[in-house]
Amino acid sequence: MNYKMMGRFMSRILLLEAVFMLPALCINLYETEWTSAMGFVWTIAITIIVGVLLSVFSKGYQKRFFAKEGLVCVAFSWIFMSLLGCLPFYISGEIPHFVDALFEIVSGFTTTGASILSNVEGLSKGMLYWRSFSHWLGGMGVLVFLLAFSSGSESNSGFTMHLLRAESPGPNVGKLVPHMKKTAGLLYIMYILLTVLNMIFLLLGDMPLFDAVCTAFGTAGTGGFGIRNDSIMSYSPYLQNVCTVFMLLFGVNFSCFYLLIIRQFKSIFRDEELKLYLGIVAGSIALIVWNLRGFYDTFEETFRHAAFQVSSIVTTTGFATADFDLWPSFSKAIIILLMIVGACAGSTGGGFKIGRLLLVFKSLRRSVQQIVHPQKVQIVRVNGQPVNEKILQNTNAYLAAYVIIIFSSFIVISLDGFSTMTNFSAVLACFNNIGPGLEAVGPVCNFGGFSVLSKLVLIVDMLAGRLEIFPILILLSRTTWKHR
Amino acid sequence: MKIIIAGVGKMGSTLTRHLSAEGYDLTLIDKNIRVLEENQEKYDVMVVQGNCASMEVLSQAGVAEADLLIAMTGADEINLLCCMTAHGMNPKIHTISRIRTPEYADQVYKLGDMFGLSLAVNPEKQAALEIERLLKYPGFLKRETFAKGRVEIAELRVEEDSKLCNLALSDLNSVAKCKVLICAVLREGTAIAPTGNFVLKEGDRIFVTATTNDLAILLRNLGVVTHKVKRLIICGGGRVSVYLAKQLEKSGISVQMIDKDPERCLELSTALPNTCIIEGDASNEYLLEAEGIHDCDALFTATGLDELNMIISLYGANCKVPQVITKLGRMNNNKILDSLSLGSIISPKELCANAIVRYVRAMKGQTGAALTVHSIADGQAEAIEFLVDESTLHCGEPLRKLKLKQNVLVACIAKGIRTEIPNGDSVFEKGDTVIVVTNGDEVIYQLNDIFRA
Repeated sequence: MNYKMMGRFMSRILLLEAVFMLPALCINLYETEWTSAMGFVWTIAITIIVGVLLSVFSKGYQKRFFAKEGLVCVAFSWIFMSLLGCLPFYISGEIPHFVDALFEIVSGFTTTGASILSNVEGLSKGMLYWRSFSHWLGGMGVLVFLLAFSSGSESNSGFTMHLLRAESPGPNVGKLVPHMKKTAGLLYIMYILLTVLNMIFLLLGDMPLFDAVCTAFGTAGTGGFGIRNDSIMSYSPYLQNVCTVFMLLFGVNFSCFYLLIIRQFKSIFRDEELKLYLGIVAGSIALIVWNLRGFYDTFEETFRHAAFQVSSIVTTTGFATADFDLWPSFSKAIIILLMIVGACAGSTGGGFKIGRLLLVFKSLRRSVQQIVHPQKVQIVRVNGQPVNEKILQNTNAYLAAYVIIIFSSFIVISLDGFSTMTNFSAVLACFNNIGPGLEAVGPVCNFGGFSVLSKLVLIVDMLAGRLEIFPILILLSRTTWKHR
Repeated sequence: MKIIIAGVGKMGSTLTRHLSAEGYDLTLIDKNIRVLEENQEKYDVMVVQGNCASMEVLSQAGVAEADLLIAMTGADEINLLCCMTAHGMNPKIHTISRIRTPEYADQVYKLGDMFGLSLAVNPEKQAALEIERLLKYPGFLKRETFAKGRVEIAELRVEEDSKLCNLALSDLNSVAKCKVLICAVLREGTAIAPTGNFVLKEGDRIFVTATTNDLAILLRNLGVVTHKVKRLIICGGGRVSVYLAKQLEKSGISVQMIDKDPERCLELSTALPNTCIIEGDASNEYLLEAEGIHDCDALFTATGLDELNMIISLYGANCKVPQVITKLGRMNNNKILDSLSLGSIISPKELCANAIVRYVRAMKGQTGAALTVHSIADGQAEAIEFLVDESTLHCGEPLRKLKLKQNVLVACIAKGIRTEIPNGDSVFEKGDTVIVVTNGDEVIYQLNDIFRA
């Protein structure tokens, strides 16, 4: 294991994190919120010290870096980043318990948006900003950011592929252009542009600047931390619709946006994942609108709420304009299904990913056909391209791991004595990085009532969900730690 | 610059290593997803799976914006089709293709424009030329010429009984009795830029810069016997062997070629009327002895198996053959190779990669681009020749006043007919040719790159 190289990456991530805390500190100072400002000052100091220590430790690193190192490095980076990122909440005393603070920031970085706070508006502005910004950073990934904007020679090496694969979601992560630095840069440039566009549209609807920035961060990372207790409910219908559209956009595979830039429109229209994604969204909205007839006063309101909730859940954002816990059970069933489906691969969203679903369905269809014709040789294709058998195998393994983790977490969480629906939806909401679940963890409630054990389990679930299970699983495997 | 490499075999991945180190945008095409994955994990490149001669795959690889296509698949026909297709899709693209079937050499030369070829390379032929050069001027492991052949960088191995063994470089002139400069030393697989108090050890491979005349003097003073090669044994009748034998037939060196395959022997005997073709196993010591390995002047091992070549070469060195040349297809473990006395090591793919890297650098088209580039010390160092022109900085200033980058050495200055191994007082002026040796990670594209910013 190449600990030194990993240390080098981690030290730079921590220094980067310290830099990213500065805007939050400035907001605190501007708003004269002294206690939270001190929280940030201390955290920045600690983060820099740890970062510098790590960089001293990593002197004389070698360039031997393989898939294992990539996965472990990504997992550790996220854990370290979260441990230090939660300190402002804890030190300033705004979230008095350490596990709660950790839950909150992990929920932020993993773009879950599940909160333990019953009164979000009680937080200082700086903290609110930091919470929302953690979504934005976690959405595209902090290592990708490092690859895009660091000047080190590492970003020109082939092994950075392992980092991109480990941090970016999807069954088959590839580069957009030959150089990793440019690929990562392109991803972030598209991400930044879309975020800014989102802010502009929000500002046009007379949203206050601070709200617009935080909401745009939450939307871009498909996170879902609101800065009001009632999430997006009290904003105007226009603002809600802007959020709906942008949530859907951030749930699209970013390589589709790249195809748009290089004007390959044909490939976009042919993209099966995109078609399935839009189909699922349209179908779910239609079914829920049909199911909700008579629930709201006007058709416009019904459609707006249905569309908003569907986009929010399918992209695993977790904003809410309506308490879907009160909806009829058919609509709730669709919402639960959408929780599992998740967004497109290569987007900022979580969940099982539509791309994987496509592969699972196609290989299932092949298996069925092979029962009829046992000798049949058939290749699974996506977008007309044959899919490597290894990817299919990995996808099926992913499905198995996915189910096992959901059920084992579900059992542990059930110790707390909440209703089955609450427990199950809490696990789904955290593991798929959505945020709100149903009943006691519904859109208008929070996760504060769970025990410390359950919170820790949910924290691991969130990390596993964002990093797509394997980086976290590999930490638990004994072979990882054996010397080569 | 955007470069597409079609076909990622031994040759293709060697090129990928060289070119990705220089920071170009590389896209690799191959049918085999395995090698693509492996290369993508090793180097910062993009990969496309498929048939490189098909329009669809080429456009997927971005041929429309590419500046250069290098076709390196195993089949000449595919390479040619690939270049033709790419040229048809993007008339501005430069194409390099590997053509190694001797029968095609003529039409590639005459119809190059029709095939859309900018450059055809033939690694085996290049290797044969290199070996011929070594045979004609024995004594060195390798030699690279600069300044139109007046200056050379030659490679020598320090043997146990050599006068160079345990010699400090500051005392070099007393032994050599001529003006030479050791610009790089390869010790246990790593290149070292030596200083005055550096002491040479047995097994070091040294790279000496000198004029052609001084090199001859050096050899004589070192007591290295050089006599003309009159009889050569070649083990293995592959392409390199055929090219080499054809050249040597003209120059009157008698060649014995050993090959195992009876059918191949018949072919060889048809193609090479004046060469003595022997059917047999070259790893058989009895056969080698019977063919007179003890009193031949040179041995060249070029069977298809690297391991076998190494064994036969070791046996040849043991039999005190004055000059041994070993062909190796892959040179992955340099540390081990250095500890063996395999004589000169020839790697066709490295030679060919050098030629292509030279072409690519020239394509960058800067003023003051390198005249020649030779990769020495197993690719860990480069000797580059530049012409001093009006844009060159620090003309006429003595070298000791210049601030050069680390790991950069001015190895030679050629002023018209006179060549000079530089010392601190040397200067270069417009019109001179300067040879620079560098073993840094940074690529020197033009002469001004050697100065510290």
